Amino acid sequence: MATVSLKKLTKRYGNIGIVHGIDLDIADREFIALVGPSGCGKSTTLRMIAGLEEISAGSIEIGGRIVNDLPPRSRNISMVFQSYALYPHMTVRENLGFSLKIAGAAKEEMDRRVAEASAILGLDTLLDRRPSQLSGGQRQRVAMGRAIVRDPDVFLFDEPLSNLDAKLRTQMRTEIKKLHAKVQSTVIYVTHDQVEAMTLADRIVIMRDGHIEQVGTPDEVFRRPATRFVAGFIGSPPMNLHEATVDDGQLAFASGEKLPLPAQFKTNVATGDRVVFGLRPDDIYPTGHGISSGGVADVHQIELPITITEPLGNETLVFVEFNGTDWVSRMLNPRPLRPGERVAMSLDLSQAHLFAAETGKTLRS
Amino acid sequence: MDENSSARLKRRLLGIVHRIGLFLAMLTICLPGLWIVLSSLRPTVEIMAKPPVWIPQEISFDAYVAMFSGIGKGGIPVIEYFRNSLIISVTSTIIAVAIGMAGGYAFARYRFRGKSSVFLGLMLTRTVPGIALSLPLFFLYVRLGIIDTHFGLILAYVALNVPFTIWLIDGFFRQVPKDLAEAAQIDGCTRWQAFWQVEFPLAGPGIASAAIFAFLTCWNEFALASQLTRSVSAKTLPVGLLDYTAEFTIDWRGMCALAVVMIIPALTLTYIVQKHLVGGLTSGAVKG
Repeated sequence: MATVSLKKLTKRYGNIGIVHGIDLDIADREFIALVGPSGCGKSTTLRMIAGLEEISAGSIEIGGRIVNDLPPRSRNISMVFQSYALYPHMTVRENLGFSLKIAGAAKEEMDRRVAEASAILGLDTLLDRRPSQLSGGQRQRVAMGRAIVRDPDVFLFDEPLSNLDAKLRTQMRTEIKKLHAKVQSTVIYVTHDQVEAMTLADRIVIMRDGHIEQVGTPDEVFRRPATRFVAGFIGSPPMNLHEATVDDGQLAFASGEKLPLPAQFKTNVATGDRVVFGLRPDDIYPTGHGISSGGVADVHQIELPITITEPLGNETLVFVEFNGTDWVSRMLNPRPLRPGERVAMSLDLSQAHLFAAETGKTLRS
Repeated sequence: MDENSSARLKRRLLGIVHRIGLFLAMLTICLPGLWIVLSSLRPTVEIMAKPPVWIPQEISFDAYVAMFSGIGKGGIPVIEYFRNSLIISVTSTIIAVAIGMAGGYAFARYRFRGKSSVFLGLMLTRTVPGIALSLPLFFLYVRLGIIDTHFGLILAYVALNVPFTIWLIDGFFRQVPKDLAEAAQIDGCTRWQAFWQVEFPLAGPGIASAAIFAFLTCWNEFALASQLTRSVSAKTLPVGLLDYTAEFTIDWRGMCALAVVMIIPALTLTYIVQKHLVGGLTSGAVKG
């Protein structure tokens, strides 16, 4: 097991920069998720750690050893690919044991480790099948098994669940979490799915355009997003974000509507400042139907028209019109609502976020 | 008649028309081959008859017996020709496939300057008819002293086949997901090991088909071989067919018999290898 340290890691293709000098320290046995939209450089970063892409500048350390120019086989890592990348001409057993065969391990040792890995992942009955005879979930498990067998310092996962259907994805997510608890190794997990990142990782690295926007625990990035981008990216449904101008202790929106300036930001902004106001769907709800209804200090009441509702059973997503656009809110213990109906909404401003309109950075001190 | 019955009838009729169409197509393809076999077994009178005699009156293997009877008894050095054909075809196929594998892999996997132009250039060489090159090649080979040698013909055939094998093998390597070679490298392989352990077995059927095509091109090639070989020590089977032509006569039966002898190894090889040309070997490698 090992720490991983990226220092000023850069990747350029000709004049085009993909990763712009990122710094990141990953602790031993930590599960870290690199998350971000397509093209943000997360997969490239992972491939550089794996040794599948050359680095343009900076350095990569695994277990305190600089591995910048070492080939993948000398880095003692294993990787689970998005496409699984199982060897189709080999059986599951041969796929699992391939790395040991290449390393010249004895047959008994090979059998023992393949048996161990297949027991962990429940592959015992599939060992003599070929990848083409397996379902998507089984292939995914074989790919993980192949990674385990190597007993690597670091596990790398490159969007391993994105080819699975929603149900299987949830199931495999749990399996990956259990696996990490069992093998206790350092994991770097790339995904564009923030739910995967939130549920699996000890810490999340949010990337955008080749830069790191924020590194933090799932709770930190959810509750204290450092930038407007992080605020919009983490959380489902995403945070409601609206530009406003600070006007004498109030937030004035383009439509002319106004809200009181949340108390926690009063000392951080001045009249005339252009800001982005953010409120999560959980913090705006038809009065009496919220998570925090009752006893929260800074609740503001406002009557808004309903545009549509999306019932989900135990809760309903209610879209209300504010500042000329839809604002999504989460309604617990739902009652039937009609589009066009005006309802009293509670806004828990103690949970609100403000970002500088120009830089997108949080105004929270 | 209700709608379902008429739809069923229509489907059946279409099926019958489909089969008749396929039968006619197969007949058109197979008839020349069948005609050669039949002609090798019957007298010249029957071969030359007008209108053609479809069902042979008598069948004899005289032409085959005569072929192996030695010079002066209607025979030709068929064993020598066969040996020459085999040496030249096998050697040039091995070389062309080896170069094709290296080239095809490079085109499929690497980015380099002028890649498309080089590829196009290689393909353009296929547009030049071999026969147009025969005279310049003849003069060149005479100067180099490699006229009428196995080496000379092997060289010509390798040049003829390499663009084609590169093109074909490039396509097969492109079908092998890049992830597999990368996974193999993570699993501890060098680039070279990843190629032989993972990419080569998966592109194997494609390489085999490239080999068959290259072999058949060499085995059946006549135009260049007839210009560049003269003696029994270098002549190939297609050139050997000319031994059945004299100043005023052509022994059609003997020629057809030799053609059958030529076809048999090619047919056997194709039959053996075609079993390995199964597609879908890479299915299950990636995704669901």
